[in-house]
Amino acid sequence: MSENLIEVRNLKQYFNAGKSTEVRAIDDISFAIKRGETFGLVGESGCGKSTTGRTMIRLYDATAGQVLYNGVDVHAPKSKKENHALNRKMQMIFQDPYASLNPRMKVLDIIAEGLDIHGLVKGKTERKQRVIDLLETVGLNREHAERYPHEFSGGQRQRIGIARALAVDPEFIIADEPISALDVSIQAQVVNLLKELQEEKGLTYLFIAHDLSMVKYISDRIGVMYFGKLVEMAPADELYRNPMHAYTKSLLSAIPLPDPIYERSRVRHPYNPKDHQYGSDEKVEFREVAPEHFVLCSEKEFAEMQAARV
Amino acid sequence: MTKILEVKDLELSFHTFAGEVKAIRGVNFDLHKGETLAIVGESGSGKSVTTKSIMRLLPESSAEYKNGEILFEGKDLTKIPEKNMQKIRGKDISMIFQDPMTSLNPTMTIGRQIMEPILKHQKLNKSEARKKTIELLNLVGIPNAENRYKMYPHQFSGGQRQRIVIAIALACNPKILIADEPTTALDVTIQAQILELMKDIQKKTDTSIIFITHDLGVVANVADRVAVMYGGRIVEIGTVDEIFYNPQHPYTWGLLSSMPSMDLEDQKLYAIPGTPPDLLNPPKGDAFALRSEYAMRIDMERRAPFFKVSETHYAATWLLHPQAPQVEPPALVIERMKTFKGSRYYVDQTGGTV
Amino acid sequence: MRNENEQEKLTPEDFERVTIDAHHSERIEKPSLSFWQDAWLGLRKNKAAIVSMVVLLLVILMALIGPHLNGHAGDTQNLRHANLPPKIPGIEATGFFDGDGKLAGKKVDLYEMKKVDEYYWFGTDGLGRDLFTRLWEGTRVSLFIAFVAAAIDMVIGVAYGGISGYFGGRTDDIMQRIVEILIGIPTLIVVILMIMIMDPGITAIIVAITITGWIGMSRIVRAQTLKYKSQEFVLASRTLGAKDGKIITKHLLPNMLGIIIINTMFTIPNAIFFEAFLSFIGIGLQPPAASLGTLINDGYKVMENQPYVLLFPAIVISVLMIAFNLIGDGLRDALDPKMKD
Repeated sequence: MSENLIEVRNLKQYFNAGKSTEVRAIDDISFAIKRGETFGLVGESGCGKSTTGRTMIRLYDATAGQVLYNGVDVHAPKSKKENHALNRKMQMIFQDPYASLNPRMKVLDIIAEGLDIHGLVKGKTERKQRVIDLLETVGLNREHAERYPHEFSGGQRQRIGIARALAVDPEFIIADEPISALDVSIQAQVVNLLKELQEEKGLTYLFIAHDLSMVKYISDRIGVMYFGKLVEMAPADELYRNPMHAYTKSLLSAIPLPDPIYERSRVRHPYNPKDHQYGSDEKVEFREVAPEHFVLCSEKEFAEMQAARV
Repeated sequence: MTKILEVKDLELSFHTFAGEVKAIRGVNFDLHKGETLAIVGESGSGKSVTTKSIMRLLPESSAEYKNGEILFEGKDLTKIPEKNMQKIRGKDISMIFQDPMTSLNPTMTIGRQIMEPILKHQKLNKSEARKKTIELLNLVGIPNAENRYKMYPHQFSGGQRQRIVIAIALACNPKILIADEPTTALDVTIQAQILELMKDIQKKTDTSIIFITHDLGVVANVADRVAVMYGGRIVEIGTVDEIFYNPQHPYTWGLLSSMPSMDLEDQKLYAIPGTPPDLLNPPKGDAFALRSEYAMRIDMERRAPFFKVSETHYAATWLLHPQAPQVEPPALVIERMKTFKGSRYYVDQTGGTV
Repeated sequence: MRNENEQEKLTPEDFERVTIDAHHSERIEKPSLSFWQDAWLGLRKNKAAIVSMVVLLLVILMALIGPHLNGHAGDTQNLRHANLPPKIPGIEATGFFDGDGKLAGKKVDLYEMKKVDEYYWFGTDGLGRDLFTRLWEGTRVSLFIAFVAAAIDMVIGVAYGGISGYFGGRTDDIMQRIVEILIGIPTLIVVILMIMIMDPGITAIIVAITITGWIGMSRIVRAQTLKYKSQEFVLASRTLGAKDGKIITKHLLPNMLGIIIINTMFTIPNAIFFEAFLSFIGIGLQPPAASLGTLINDGYKVMENQPYVLLFPAIVISVLMIAFNLIGDGLRDALDPKMKD
């Protein structure tokens, strides 16, 4: 088993903590991502999945808990140099291809931003050559470098965003809903590109999305979030074949598939958190029901799930 | 099946700083009573513009109807005066938009917003209109409607807001309901509820629905017939089974193969290469040819006419011309065709090829 | 659905497969246009704005060279030449600007009567000063005050609003409370106080205009900063490790520049107007210095008998106001992306 590159331990992110308007965007979640794997994080809007990604990359300060990158707590105070080094290792790809590129900058300067900040190239020609290489890596070409973002289509912009992230040679990339704003035919391009890059460069991904079919396709393991909590975590196939938490079941039963015959017979399971009927003395915890398959459940539910497995 | 709406040879352009954008380049389709016609396509394919042109919701300063007609109850909607159009909008044809947040007025109670079209188009007095409002809210599944109709939009969740928008659209028993990506902004579980609601209502009211979406899963769920749009034209139209299990156009093949299927393992996803055409200078010939691996010389020169596949199924691709060579569709598409009776790859239960 | 199965003969070559490099469809045919080039294309189509720009340039040019054109100095007093109506060589034959004025209700050629050989194009005032020269000197002063005031407003407004919006939190709270206090004080009272403390003059007026003038700009810039700082391209820059200074200069300012320019375009005419107003009520520039405001004030006193004294500065100030506003409108249409599509 490969070592963990990222470990999230009891991470909490409360907005307006202590006030009456307190929002528990992330409520005590823990998971680890192994080197070279893709961890998918799914959930509906407002469940805290994007906040998790942004907190991990330090766009937000955590309320409590730790994010360990190679064993180093990313939120702990660090020297400038250490901060800089960490910035290079973790990168992010954003959701909105229209908002994620500065409309006033040429593609050349957008992609080169990381190169400039980290002083990775010497001189104009090397800078340009690096950018052209990166453009070619993501399937664009040299003549695109001198153009402005508004001249590109959504899929092309998303690839520019990927090239920008790749410029600093990161090890770990957080992809925050990178395909949800794209057309179906373009989604596949981006997902394939991400997969190829992973094979080539040994990247580790956190893939955040609400589109479960794509997540299943790209991820090795998947975590399901519901209202700030991780409710289930399992290898991708296991999760789809054998969802255990009622919320995961409901989510899976709601996805429409491009298959009219299946659609005519699909039955939706609604989810109501009250159905759990947890007693006040019951401890609701993340428990390993099957190997590598964790579910947020009470002692009683745990026993039931175990029984159902056999 | 009675035709309720006919769109014939519709062509529409936008005039912009940069020049003329040919957003719709000859669109033909009929809508039958009580059916759901889904229009799928990527952004810029002209699917939204088509429906907005039916409703005449495009800016008159820049949009120009170049050709064709939209026939509704014997009237050509592209030609009638704006005043008559206002009577049709909301009453005979109504529309649901993508974002429930922006399609409701935040300063008005939802009850008043539903009552507004009723009072405007139907000869009802206030208390009758209120009764109708509460009926509608019950119909779209808002619990406790008697009390909640006095509430403001912000007091409802996203899914409930979209239900309210649907209630407004249904207020005058429209003959046609146009839904422009009504579930795209919603979460999957909410989406499933809204889709169920729409199908349910259609059964009760026999309304015809034009459903615009880019999500093939949603199409498979709601549609009776499907029109696939690309580059401002319909490239293939047929019943939902024909489109999903016996597609003919290379673009439809590409779309269907680029969706990951839940049971196929670790195969590389099929991705349609390239980028949609720029309708400022649309390509000569078949707009999809530049991205298609099935392109033939004639695709570069001339647009394909519609070739008949069955009574209900037409596709605009030269591959269907009697002189065209036979080609193998992508593997995933062949898998689909195996389950469809009329297809040449059909394998019946016993295993023999028909 | 009609079936257009035209069974005309097509040659087998027509059905030959062609392979196309998929990269072809990635090509972008349109010429590459930066935001500013695009904006200029838009602005160029706006005739009112272009005409206004030409007129404005002419006025500025005249403000610079006008006082030297006819050899009269603006502050030379010559009581013998007082109250002369306009007389321009060349056009005098048409009956306009021919030096005729009213004296005791009768129309007489005042130049002949006072034995003046020189031409005063726009006439003279009660002290015999050449109004043409004074008009352009006054325009120059008014424009100077307006440009400087607008520039100071812009610098302070952008800095204040930018800092307040970018750093947010407590800094923002404190800075916004200060703005609220400032805005609560009636501007005119502050201005009158300022002018009483300082010597009346150009500096005093500029200070008076800018002391509260920057608040509008700071609010706009703050709102823009708040909007842009949470945009994904700024977040991307932060994840790359960019420092605050870089983010502000490379990402925030270039995106706000359009709206800053538009707002400044509307500040300038306001400043001209405010200066004129102060001078008109007598707390602005003091004689013999001229500005459009003092000239209008002078003209207003003799409006009945020598309307030309009022006419020319009034025309210039109106032209300036209209020109600046039309340019501002044109820029807004060209620079504001929301107006497009």
